[in-house]
Amino acid sequence: MGLSRRGLLAGAAAAPLLMRVDDALAQGIQPKRGGTLNSIVNPEPPILHVGVNNQAPTLIVGGKIFQGLLRYSSKLEPLPELAKSWEISPDGLEYTFHLQENVKFHDGQPMTAEDVVFSIMKFHMEVSPRARGVFSRIKEGVAVDRNTAKFVLSAPFEPFLLMFDVTVSAIVPKHHFEGQDYRQAPVVQKPIGTGPFRFVEWQRGNFIRLERFDGYWKPNQPYLDAIIYRVIPDSQSRRLALESGQVQLTQSNDIEPFDVPQMRARPNLEVQTTGWEYFGPLMWLELNHRVKPLDDVRVRKALAHAVNRDFIAQRLWFGIGKPATGPVASSTRFHDATARMPSFDVNAAKKLLDEAGLKPNGQGVRFTIRHLSLPYGEVFTRLGEFLRQSLRQVGVDLQLESVDVGTWAQRTANWEFDTTINYLYQYGDPTLGVERSYVSTNIKKILFSNVSGYANPKVDELFTQARDAAEPAKRQEYFTAVQKILVEDVPLVWLLEMAFPTIHEKRLHNVITSGAGVHASFDDVFLA
Amino acid sequence: MRIFWRNFSRNRGAVFGMVILVGVAMLALLAPVIFPGSPWDMVGAPFMPPGEMGLLLGSDSLGRDVAAGIAHGARVSLLVGAVSTAAALLIGVTLGAVAGYFGGIVDDLVMRFTEFFQTIPSFVLAILLVAIFTPTIGSIVFAIAIVSWPPVARVVRAEFLSLRSREFVQASEVLGKSRFSIVIGDILPNTLSPIVVLSSLMVASAILLESALSFLGLGDPNLMSWGFLIGSGRSVIRLAWWMSVFPGIAIFLTVLSLNLVGEGLSDALNPRLARNRGAKP
Repeated sequence: MGLSRRGLLAGAAAAPLLMRVDDALAQGIQPKRGGTLNSIVNPEPPILHVGVNNQAPTLIVGGKIFQGLLRYSSKLEPLPELAKSWEISPDGLEYTFHLQENVKFHDGQPMTAEDVVFSIMKFHMEVSPRARGVFSRIKEGVAVDRNTAKFVLSAPFEPFLLMFDVTVSAIVPKHHFEGQDYRQAPVVQKPIGTGPFRFVEWQRGNFIRLERFDGYWKPNQPYLDAIIYRVIPDSQSRRLALESGQVQLTQSNDIEPFDVPQMRARPNLEVQTTGWEYFGPLMWLELNHRVKPLDDVRVRKALAHAVNRDFIAQRLWFGIGKPATGPVASSTRFHDATARMPSFDVNAAKKLLDEAGLKPNGQGVRFTIRHLSLPYGEVFTRLGEFLRQSLRQVGVDLQLESVDVGTWAQRTANWEFDTTINYLYQYGDPTLGVERSYVSTNIKKILFSNVSGYANPKVDELFTQARDAAEPAKRQEYFTAVQKILVEDVPLVWLLEMAFPTIHEKRLHNVITSGAGVHASFDDVFLA
Repeated sequence: MRIFWRNFSRNRGAVFGMVILVGVAMLALLAPVIFPGSPWDMVGAPFMPPGEMGLLLGSDSLGRDVAAGIAHGARVSLLVGAVSTAAALLIGVTLGAVAGYFGGIVDDLVMRFTEFFQTIPSFVLAILLVAIFTPTIGSIVFAIAIVSWPPVARVVRAEFLSLRSREFVQASEVLGKSRFSIVIGDILPNTLSPIVVLSSLMVASAILLESALSFLGLGDPNLMSWGFLIGSGRSVIRLAWWMSVFPGIAIFLTVLSLNLVGEGLSDALNPRLARNRGAKP
């Protein structure tokens, strides 16, 4: 592949246009100042301030305005961002961050350790439930000096260092929030951060305009003059905007999977599916264990046997994403490749259902369950139809119900479903993003909790031990054990390790440089 | 009856429409024979162009047979068209008859009620009703019936208004017949011809409405209709044109033939029959 591209390049007059980032770097292409990047934001976020709103569109745009202390490689190793270095005490309790110097907010005020402590201990604790879940383990957060912040945990918490990405704990200006209701503060409407781009204008329903922040702390960066995020609600219009060059970058759900093969074929476009490792979205068929016969492990196993996950990855998602193998996505830490869920095997499925005493009736139907379709568009509709046909082959009649997003969320949260589709981010560590779906203490009438009602004391115990263990090796032991149990119990039928296509013109460089992909600050992105 | 057929067949378009309509009805009836099994079955590789792998009209994004989808979809589309038209006729004829026969304040009330429905954009109302009641075949038929009865009511009312003062009605009244039997036995049969014409057009518009709803994803997710086929093919039209084009042709031909038949019925029923019946009460 690389060879053929190079061979092709040798005679190509428009060589710089066709080069990829690594080629460009290898051949010493110098970053170039200037130019405006047009992209798409979809759906339009309700509010632009990260923390106050944590939906994907907000995080993608907000990632340019704000920064976190750290960023993460595609292997989830922490890299310096606003913190230039950090230390962890041997007992795993004290985390000390040394901050970059000369960092300024967009209003000109310097960013200090006071802002860092405020952001972590007050702001995100208050506005973001997910951050609160972890940061409530901090016993004490202090600004040691102007450029040093220290956090002391009440007990060791090994994944703590994964919590400092801009998408989790962006550093916000204390002086704009203190003494106010954080959600109502005026600055929420006009966000002020330390990022390479400052918020300029938002015409609702039209575009969001960010401009280069001249006081950015990295010298001579960012390279781009401005980034414009256009609001284009229709997927075919988004595709046209990309094809016609109106926008140079699309991400997330902008381009439907079935359009991606044609985008790959276009010579001026680059399609990447990396840059989601930090989130590790895993999609599954949610089973309500309160509904008979889904409480029977043989039935759940049979369902897992009945679904061809390769077809889902290849045919429905056009190769964007990988077939799931178990409860922990392969990009997430502590993934155990030896713990594998039941393979696609129709006969094994039928045998298990026979054993469970569910014989087919005259029409070949063993039992009927209702499936609440996830109303996230075309592909998910097709997925519902695919599951119905797959299960019909083993004698399970799946009746599809289509509802709107609000109803889906409400009914799923209130356990009013037999089966449905859901996908959750894993946030790089099973404690942060996997545990919540399986432990019995999290059986709640809340979306994204353990709505299936699966309960296994051994699983609860292992997740707790893994959470509290300070040593990664020890944690791996517990997580391996729990993955082995889960693939035997099949509390859910895991389907797809999702990824989203990032598509950009080849003259745009450095788009995906971390495990958080397009959520990064883009201070090194340039048009050449 | 022979006169009717002569008048009907004088309109060539109507005959053409009738032939197509019978063809579609046959297709719907014979679908389980021609294409046994469920139209949802994945029988081949996805996105096969027409003619490959023995699939006459190609396969869709899951490898389902488009031809089987059209044949089975004909059942759903015709069924929805017929049942919702019947329901709309039931509402429309009842209200129109009451308004036209009784007149006065009853007429005013019923007509204001009808106008209330006529002022709401019918498709928007249908979307709203289906969305509220969640998309099932029942709610779709209900929604289509609710938005399509007002024209029936108006037509029937107008017919009743003019018929109720005719001599044969007065004769029945003098004979002491009950109002109910006058409405059912004397007036209603004389209003049939406009109703028949109107209903053939209503079946056509009901099929279009159902298709439009399915196209927007508001169809019954467990039934394959033509609108669903087009809706699911729309997003991949540049990849697989056959997924939307063939069901589109099916809808086009069916609706066209219903309109032609309606026109033929109107030619055949209206002038002559109205005169014939007027002559021998």
